[in-house]
Amino acid sequence: MSVIPARASSATAPSTTDLPALHRLTLPNGLRVLLAPDPSTPVVAVSVHVDVGFRSEPEGRTGFAHLFEHLMFQGSESLEKLAHFRHVQGSGGVFNGSTHPDYTDYFEVLPSAALERALFLEADRLRAPMLTEENLRNQVDVVKEEIRLNVLSRPYGGFPWILLPPVLYDTFPNAHNGYGDFSELEQAGLDDAAAFFDAYYAPGNAVLTVAGDLDIEATTRLVEKHFGDIPARATPARPSFAEPIPTVERSRTVPDAHAPMPALALGYRLPDPSRDLDGYLAHTLLGSVLTDGEAARLQQRLVYGDGIVTDVSAGCGLFGSPLDARDPDTFTVTAVHPAGVEAAQVIRAVDEELDRLAGVGPDGAELSRIAARWASSLYHEHDRVMSRTLALGSRELLYGRAELAVELPRRLAEITPAQVARAAATLRDQGRAVLVVEPGTGEDPNPDANEEQQ
Amino acid sequence: MTATAIRTHRDAAQIGRTETGPRPLPPLGSARAAAELELVERTLPSGLRVIAVARRTVPTVELRLRIPFAGEEDTRAARAEMLASTLLSGTARRDRVAIDDELAAIGGELGAGVDPERLLISGSGLAAGLPTLLDVLADLLVAAGYPDAEFGRERERLVERIAVARSQPRTVAREALQRRRYGNHPVTRELPDASDVTAVTSGDVRQLHATAVLPAGSTLVLVGDVDPERAITLVGEALGGWSPPGTASELPPLPALTGRDLLLVHRPGAVQSQLRLSAGAVGRTDPRYPALQLANLVLGGYFSSRLVENLREDKGYTYSAYSLMEFSPSGAALLVETDVTTDVTAAAVLETRYELARLSAVPPTAAELDSARNYAIGSLLISLDSQPGLASMLSALAGVGLNEAWLRGHPARLAAVTPEQVADAAAEFFTPTAFTGVVVGDADVVGSRLRALGGIELP
Repeated sequence: MSVIPARASSATAPSTTDLPALHRLTLPNGLRVLLAPDPSTPVVAVSVHVDVGFRSEPEGRTGFAHLFEHLMFQGSESLEKLAHFRHVQGSGGVFNGSTHPDYTDYFEVLPSAALERALFLEADRLRAPMLTEENLRNQVDVVKEEIRLNVLSRPYGGFPWILLPPVLYDTFPNAHNGYGDFSELEQAGLDDAAAFFDAYYAPGNAVLTVAGDLDIEATTRLVEKHFGDIPARATPARPSFAEPIPTVERSRTVPDAHAPMPALALGYRLPDPSRDLDGYLAHTLLGSVLTDGEAARLQQRLVYGDGIVTDVSAGCGLFGSPLDARDPDTFTVTAVHPAGVEAAQVIRAVDEELDRLAGVGPDGAELSRIAARWASSLYHEHDRVMSRTLALGSRELLYGRAELAVELPRRLAEITPAQVARAAATLRDQGRAVLVVEPGTGEDPNPDANEEQQ
Repeated sequence: MTATAIRTHRDAAQIGRTETGPRPLPPLGSARAAAELELVERTLPSGLRVIAVARRTVPTVELRLRIPFAGEEDTRAARAEMLASTLLSGTARRDRVAIDDELAAIGGELGAGVDPERLLISGSGLAAGLPTLLDVLADLLVAAGYPDAEFGRERERLVERIAVARSQPRTVAREALQRRRYGNHPVTRELPDASDVTAVTSGDVRQLHATAVLPAGSTLVLVGDVDPERAITLVGEALGGWSPPGTASELPPLPALTGRDLLLVHRPGAVQSQLRLSAGAVGRTDPRYPALQLANLVLGGYFSSRLVENLREDKGYTYSAYSLMEFSPSGAALLVETDVTTDVTAAAVLETRYELARLSAVPPTAAELDSARNYAIGSLLISLDSQPGLASMLSALAGVGLNEAWLRGHPARLAAVTPEQVADAAAEFFTPTAFTGVVVGDADVVGSRLRALGGIELP
């Protein structure tokens, strides 16, 4: 969920090679600052990660964290509506923002000549955003269009990230739709926005990351100049979103009027990455053993062997990337399959492959190959200044360790077959969510009813 | 909350004000140019053009092999898609799993994608594994076997994926637009018909490979933690055996676009309508191109544009609205796209036409032009600042006969564009009557208002 549609970009990210040291400071108002200089690039990226995501939005206001992200682009004390976009792009830069379960990020990457300007733009809205009724109503309309585009008017919209959580989780923070109900978006008022900003957008509740072509001392002075006089405010106590791990299977079937074929998603609980990082990473590799590449277990068996699945995918996180949320987080397996195949057939095969892996574990060479692919992909992420900046900032905010983004290739390479076997066994020992998506029956869907349902 | 409850937060007006008041925007510092590319280009005896660039930011390498791949027959797309889908399913030396295992061992990937213009084999891997990456690539080019055991299953999967693609509104709109713009020209065959796919045999694909997967006319780009000279030597050694005669097939010139009513395409029950408008343009080598590029940015080529500010930020009709340029070996086209909620379809068509007319009648202001120019130069710098970004750009340029010299010279060309040139380009290319296109939506709901608006061909 982003303020503007992401342009297509190749999936790519970080390494330990030649990584300059990270520099940290904390301003007196509590803002945490992370500087990652890189003399090899002519561009610089600035990001602000705020410690609030859609898990923290109030009941009756689903979708509010994301709506608020849109409002942060609508002007601030020194910047009229549209000025933020114009100043970033008019300086040769690109920008976006996005809302995640546990954080919201705002970022731009620009030629390094525009570094001070970018810091000014981020500071101005963190200090004094211009929240108006007119902009709120306009952005409710824009967000509804975003939801129509990404959920309501396409097949498999919101699959599995909106549809699976209410099956796996019981509490409002974990189970609700982070895009929001239309009726609740429409009821959102200006005072909700003011309360949300004051509660969560305190400088002590955010991490500022600057990476790329920068000088540590000069940048430190600029950060102090622009962010230093934002008054400190109380930071909210971070609630626990913990829920017991389900002990039984929970199932739900939902119709999808646009889908040409059935789909299914399995949801499992993951180890808390801040307490058991290796356990979490073992699940990351388990997902790859199951579905990444032609030789992967489920790929081999379901797509080619039995020929009962069109596409299958497994891994950590509801949005396809690991280490993007705090506990509780979700391991997912998704598959799209022809109508003649029963969901139970697919699920049985997943169970059998998990049992096999829990019993004998993956082959050592198999696991090395998977770790090599992860390393390569993480290096690619690190190559782009923007993705590197976001990886550093989000890991600093979520886990207090930006270094995690850099260490991941090595940490993944150190996971053993036995640890992956344990991850598979853990999945088999717990209850889980089973979501089945059934294609439309050919009845003409009532679009309004469909909207209400979402 | 009762009337006496104490509010614990500031109100919106208090939040938006500080004692200091509004502050001035800091000026830009001094610009730093991108480093010169360490690039070597050579054409192998087979006719394959090879471009190798050192970018030692991370220990990986990025590969693009672009093979012009046009064909005339109606069933061409089906055979081409099957070729791309099964290229990695086995050779004389390796089966599908062995190919993947060998690539994975060097953190590598290879994949093939096809469109009416080209076959593109993309890959990457750890730089130390470049010889392996090239060895697997060469094996595929010379000895892809399209084994029957794998072929039937891939054919089923392709049919299933086509069904999913055609259930996407954007695919429906794209296909309708291509037919509206280009009739039955081969460029319109982006997605094959399922029935054509079902009829394709592995023998058909082997024959297509033998006659169309050709080095002459094709370009291989490598960008990464490599020494360019050594990389080219490695390519020469690995791909030396790929030297069949003939030249890869370029797309025939596209028909010139002429202005026409928008065609309304009925999609029952649609909650949104897709607007797709298109007109003729000129490509990167035309002297008018830099001015046209800037005029297009002002219209809808980036977020700070007239279309976005009107349709999204003022009216709330859409999540996104943009205009872009599509390039082919024979020229270029302008494309204006937005998806809007059903209720406002006619109003959105009106506003889109208004912005086209306004651009041609009211030239961009100095501020609009400065912004577009800075964005064009800066975003180019950013897009080239990664191995995949640089590799993809060099590969795309090769597809239209350009090289890194064009890239190097482009910032200066953009800097030299005058306001008069932009005004001329705006008037020449953005006249609303020059556009053709489609509106895809629920005709029962949007039809009457569109009819009233005019310039629409109803279903």
